Amino acid sequence: MTKIVIEPVTRIEGHLRIEVITENNEIKEARSSGTLFRGLEIILQGRDPGDAPIYTQRICGLCTTSHSMASALTLDSAFGIADEIPDNGRILRNLILGAAHIADHILHFYHLATLDYVDMTRIANYDGSDSTLNSIKRLAEADELRLFTAGHEGDYRLSDKANMELVAHYIRALEMRRKAQEMLSIFGGKMPHNMAIVPGGVTTTPSTDKMLSFLWRLNELRDFINNVYIPDILTIAEAYSDYFEIGAGCGNLLSYGNFELDDERRFLNSGTVSTKLKPSPLDIDKIWEQVKYSWYASSTTGRHPRQAETKPEPNKKGAYSWIKAPRYDGKAYEAGPLARIMVNYANGNQVVKNLVDSALAQLKLSPKAMFSVLGRHIARALYTKLIADAMPVWLLQLRPEEPAYIKSTVPEQATGMGLIEAARGALGHWIEIKDHKIANYQCITPSTWNLSPKDDRGQPGPMEQALIGTKMKDENTPLEIGRIIRSFDPCLACAVHLVTPKGGNIDTLHIT
Amino acid sequence: MLATMKIEEFPAIWYQAANCGGCSISIFNSVSPGIENILIDEIIPGKHINLRFHTTIMAAEGNAAVRLLENSKKANEDNYILIVEGAIPTAKNGTYGTTVNKDGKRVPMATQLQSLAQDASVIIALGTCAAFGGIAAAQPNPTGCMGVDQFLNARRITTPLINVPGCPPHPDWFTGTIASLLLYGPPKPEELDEYKRPKTFYNKPIHENCPRRAYFEEGKFATSFGELGCLNELGCKGPVTYADCPLRKWNNGINWCIGAGSPCISCCEPGFPDLVSPFYQKLNATSLPL
Repeated sequence: MTKIVIEPVTRIEGHLRIEVITENNEIKEARSSGTLFRGLEIILQGRDPGDAPIYTQRICGLCTTSHSMASALTLDSAFGIADEIPDNGRILRNLILGAAHIADHILHFYHLATLDYVDMTRIANYDGSDSTLNSIKRLAEADELRLFTAGHEGDYRLSDKANMELVAHYIRALEMRRKAQEMLSIFGGKMPHNMAIVPGGVTTTPSTDKMLSFLWRLNELRDFINNVYIPDILTIAEAYSDYFEIGAGCGNLLSYGNFELDDERRFLNSGTVSTKLKPSPLDIDKIWEQVKYSWYASSTTGRHPRQAETKPEPNKKGAYSWIKAPRYDGKAYEAGPLARIMVNYANGNQVVKNLVDSALAQLKLSPKAMFSVLGRHIARALYTKLIADAMPVWLLQLRPEEPAYIKSTVPEQATGMGLIEAARGALGHWIEIKDHKIANYQCITPSTWNLSPKDDRGQPGPMEQALIGTKMKDENTPLEIGRIIRSFDPCLACAVHLVTPKGGNIDTLHIT
Repeated sequence: MLATMKIEEFPAIWYQAANCGGCSISIFNSVSPGIENILIDEIIPGKHINLRFHTTIMAAEGNAAVRLLENSKKANEDNYILIVEGAIPTAKNGTYGTTVNKDGKRVPMATQLQSLAQDASVIIALGTCAAFGGIAAAQPNPTGCMGVDQFLNARRITTPLINVPGCPPHPDWFTGTIASLLLYGPPKPEELDEYKRPKTFYNKPIHENCPRRAYFEEGKFATSFGELGCLNELGCKGPVTYADCPLRKWNNGINWCIGAGSPCISCCEPGFPDLVSPFYQKLNATSLPL
């Protein structure tokens, strides 16, 4: 048996350590742990409830907008104004959140994930006239391209031409994700950490000139998504097609749905689905957090998040993570774009069905292939297209110069809940207000679902399950591990800290 | 011709401690120079800032990444720019934030950062967490977080420090600081304010150049979001916040907090967040300038 440790896992948000035990090149056990704990939920206690969106955004500088949105919905419900948000406020929130997801998914694919499949050092072979590529080539020749050098030979399969094109798109995508954040700031004030989303709606009043400015940035982004992002993911999918059979994970998907169209309906439905593609409605009461393998007092296990308690017990025996293990109906569920897409696919959403079926037809694959490393990337790209195509319609529903905000007061006592889809998946906030102050604030982030440790029954978390059973070509350069991890787009900023598990009689191999 | 000019390399290490990633994302939003220029071009002709280590974007991972960090440090002793993002957790011997060294040993971020700080030529504490502790150090500060200045003082490390706070910092504040370093070296004491911030960017209160200032003079105050008027009643901290946001604006000059009808939350001051919250509560009148 060999133990492989990857720390730091780079090109993700936050500080992550991955440890796997292998036998005959096959992963037998996997443990994922965050290595930083900040305790934002503790910091929130006793503060003014209205400030929660400002604090919770700073849980994460990437998912920032999603946290402000979940927090605002939580406060809307606690303040009793959830049904009174002006249409302008609802629509502007959707546009701000949609812009954030476009920026996030472009960033994830190009700047976090592509270097798993693209070798930037092959730029040495470039003999064209593109000034950007020649700048990179100059750096490579001067041996100054270390930031983009993996430090090992690897399984990189693209042709020189396709590889070079992806490098050029990596650079172009830097500009496109920036433009998506600029688009967001038209209504959001600034990015990261928008200032506009508050309980009661949005602080900005829409105007026609702002709408036009938003629309034309969106048009440019849609052109990029359709003609660059989606073709690029398909190029990688064709070259690495075995990754449709790697990293399937737990096979259960959960989504809270997203983008309120009115008081009742969301643009994407909530629900759960498994590999059999039979959808079920979401039942929030089936969510419990378990802590047998987490550093929290065992007396707090099995609680619903609204009754959750955070009682740290750093030296608890057998525990290996600060992440709790949320489970739905007692089982591990995966959150993320794949869940958003497949829940709505199984529900018969025609637009989603057409998008997925046409991508699968081009790749000659069945829907089951979506439960994989590449399936997650494809779902993310299709989701980006889906919302970017819907946003112009929402934009034109705005009524210029009319209110986007309704005033409210903080009640003496209340509870509230806000469930949305962050870019990385299902995000829930829960608040308990006492004496007009925050008595308790709990967040379950998508990465809590995906990176959770084993639960009380010993079932590994979704990402651990995706790693277990994977056969590696070469233990010394286990590219499979990084590719599986990054397909989940992990985001660790909100939690956690790790103690090294006990070694035993196994060799530790730090990857080189 | 630029192509034949000898290029001077300025190695830089970007170290993330107790952070949220927002400072990195903000710098990725840089325009003129764009982040692509910062990563691959000479941002000043003949001078190239060479980022060796940044865990959010670097290709290497695991031990290869750690080796890159340690080798870059060794090869450029006393000659690298250290950029710190995030506060430094120090409670319980730093165990709330840990990482590994190249031998695979678990070490607190605080230990690794101390060693990086000692041998740097200059340190940029990027963002309010790195500069002053910020959100990570908010009461009750469960992880004992502190900013770089306090951290260095406690350890008698005298490496020159520039604070570039903001939650997040504006990308121009960062690129402007870097350009000045490349051209003229570390700033002279008179170029920094009492909180070690470059005066170029943090010189005047927001209130002084605010486009809503005229409303304040007229006594016209907004009492609900979306109304015209000065945002003082809604909790604006512009009078006690020193930054050039009203003139520079954010995200390619498109907008800024007050432009979106939202009060300034004083995110680049040492008192953020504890002394300036509740954010939407009116500032005590005695602290308004005459």
